[in-house]
Amino acid sequence: MTPAPAVSMQGIVKRFPGVLANDHVDFEAAVGEVHALLGENGAGKTTLSNILAGLYRPDEGRILLYGEPVDFASPREAIDAGVGMVHQHFRLVDRFTVAENLVLGDHRGAGRHFHIDPGAVEVQVRTLGERYRLPVHPHARIWQLSVGEQQRVEILNALYQDARILILDEPTAVLTPDEADTLFVTLRQMAEEGRTVIFISHKLHEVMAVSDRVTVLRAGRAVATVETADATSQSLASLMVGHEIETVQRRAPGRPDAPPVLEVVDLSAESDRGTSAVKDVSLTVRAGEIVAVAGVAGNGQRELAEAIVGLRPCAKGSIRVDGRPLETGDARASYDAGVGYIPEDRLGTGLAPSLSIAQNLALRSYRRESWGPFLELGRMHDDADKAIRTFDIKCAGPDEETDYLSGGNLQKVVIARELGTKTAVLIAASPTRGLDVAAVETVHRYLLDAAESGTGVLLFSEDLDEILALNDRVLVMYEGRLSEATDRRNLEEIGLLMAGETPP
Amino acid sequence: MNNSLLVVVLASGVAYGTPLLYAALGELLAERSGVLNLGVEGMMLVGAVMGFWTVERLHANTGIALAAAIGVAALVGAALASIHAFLVITLRSSQIVSGLALTIFAGVVGLSSYLGNDLNLADQPAAHQFSAVFPKSMQDWPIVGPIVFGQNVLVYASWACVVAIWLYLSRTRPGLNVRAVGESPAAADTMGINVTAYRYAHTLVGGAFAGVAGATITLAITPQWVDGITGGAGWIAIALVIFAFWRPELCLVGAYFFGALQALPSQLQARSISLGPTVLWSNALPYVMTIVVLVVVSSGTAKRRLGAPAALGTAYVREEK
Repeated sequence: MTPAPAVSMQGIVKRFPGVLANDHVDFEAAVGEVHALLGENGAGKTTLSNILAGLYRPDEGRILLYGEPVDFASPREAIDAGVGMVHQHFRLVDRFTVAENLVLGDHRGAGRHFHIDPGAVEVQVRTLGERYRLPVHPHARIWQLSVGEQQRVEILNALYQDARILILDEPTAVLTPDEADTLFVTLRQMAEEGRTVIFISHKLHEVMAVSDRVTVLRAGRAVATVETADATSQSLASLMVGHEIETVQRRAPGRPDAPPVLEVVDLSAESDRGTSAVKDVSLTVRAGEIVAVAGVAGNGQRELAEAIVGLRPCAKGSIRVDGRPLETGDARASYDAGVGYIPEDRLGTGLAPSLSIAQNLALRSYRRESWGPFLELGRMHDDADKAIRTFDIKCAGPDEETDYLSGGNLQKVVIARELGTKTAVLIAASPTRGLDVAAVETVHRYLLDAAESGTGVLLFSEDLDEILALNDRVLVMYEGRLSEATDRRNLEEIGLLMAGETPP
Repeated sequence: MNNSLLVVVLASGVAYGTPLLYAALGELLAERSGVLNLGVEGMMLVGAVMGFWTVERLHANTGIALAAAIGVAALVGAALASIHAFLVITLRSSQIVSGLALTIFAGVVGLSSYLGNDLNLADQPAAHQFSAVFPKSMQDWPIVGPIVFGQNVLVYASWACVVAIWLYLSRTRPGLNVRAVGESPAAADTMGINVTAYRYAHTLVGGAFAGVAGATITLAITPQWVDGITGGAGWIAIALVIFAFWRPELCLVGAYFFGALQALPSQLQARSISLGPTVLWSNALPYVMTIVVLVVVSSGTAKRRLGAPAALGTAYVREEK
């Protein structure tokens, strides 16, 4: 008789208003395996794991752990049953120390008593850290740690609470390739000790590298569970998407002799916390060129993008657009000069969610195209109609509120607006994050089209596949400084630079 | 020596600072759990009137009457706070709007005025009042006599509260939990801490403290009731919490500083010392500083740097999708 699987989820259904996030999903993970949950964004991976971790309750279906049925009313009950989850957005208290965070979740050992002593936990943090290659300083406060270190704290927290089943939601999104490799070693080690690791990802090569078995989710359904050894990247990709995927390729590379459209010299800027985030950065983007900025999130990319578009004051340095100096820290001056901006946070920063598509599209042009203080509503409406057709925005019409659009269509509205007027240089910050494969392809096409029509594109991205597909040159940002990769296709070199090391 | 300006001002500063201290400690507890309570002024006013009413109507010996009055004041403070808690925690309405509404509802020409006038409490001396605990001989000791030993029991109790709250927040499991709830309710929830229960409990206890703060004024400082007797002390207490970087021990220092400012003008007048329009500047100073503080901390960055609980003022929703 085979032992009962560590996790068995049967016929799980979870509905959210307007969305069927999980549609009769069956999922099983054995004791001592690394089981990957693969799927596109929005396929229902996170929902499924949140149900297992007790954060959501399923509308239908049942869950068995080691053959015993369970029904978690809260994450606490799941933790007590041995299910630990490392969320994409860490559940740590920023101002607490590492030890305090561990005590917070602990109600069996040192944390059970009324009087607490985080000092007692520190020894355990150290031993666990050494054993699983998760070194972290127990005294450090969470906000002082890098994102990679914070993730270690999350994993330590789960181990500290004796998690026998560990779920990791897109753990590598915040890691350098090297850090990811170390994490994989840790995960394998945990599986060998008899724990069950559920690894959520949409990156095929990671799934191939670390997992024993893969369950593929598509549009809320589990479409297949396969042995990793029997699968190939291609077979998994087509399971994930449901059809073969084509990738865009750079057609005509930018000319190195084209006039520069964006010149940044010795730019420094501070983060929201007031620490130095961008340090003496200089870069040039020429007309028709796509310059990619790679790097692990949180190394100053957001601050640099915001400083260029005038959303963040510059501590020092200068910016020239189309050869003319640009006043820094003035968003209006920047867009008047022809700087387009696709922000990281498309719904919060990029668009006004409760305004209509037409109004959002006119957010830049309304100053020029108005009749005194009055808006030309008819013209706005017609322009929006045109943009909806040109950019193939799937919507009910120009008057629909942007709130109701899907991620890909939201991004098209932003792109349509930013490319609608004469744009010398386009700053695109993670323009495809969270989009499905088809939408990613569309966005890539627009970026390529923009470059071909002579716009300089500065692309910030954490996705190395995207960077390799689009770039003319690659810059790598690490701790606020930029360095240029000598070979725009050399993944190894880029990886080293991302980790702050100098390639040989 | 004990009649020197400094000693007298410090001694009455401690007395005048005590209601501020109670109100600030209450506000601190609520804010540490992430609930901003702008209804402190209203809760103090209702505590002041109901505490006073209790000693007027309860025919008992001084000790029992005063203890009952403090109990009643704490209860009415907590009752008002429960309205705020229900609105902002359960219904997730704006904490600022709810707090302001509560102060308007309970405050001057509101509930507290109605109660005071309806129960005929105006223009009567208190039947019982808090007075100095230690014998006269100890109060005559140089310097420490009037400042430390010349106070009533509410002052000493407030010191105990400062120590207790400091220990609670830094050394106990529920204290750690409440800090987590105020900093990151999502993290706390994942760790199995009942965010709603913690917020309710601390908002209610905070309201009780505000009620006691009000009663301290009518039963210890000016033993009588008049309409609007707190005179904005609730607002000063809210600013005080920020001044104190959300730390109880610093609340004590700040409360006595503002208390001393309040005591200063009458003492200067009594000694015929003129520093220009003294009454004007020293009376206005606490309010001016309150405004300055509120302006400074309303910027998000400043808040973070000063140590405000990160989730202060925000409701927590678990199933966000």
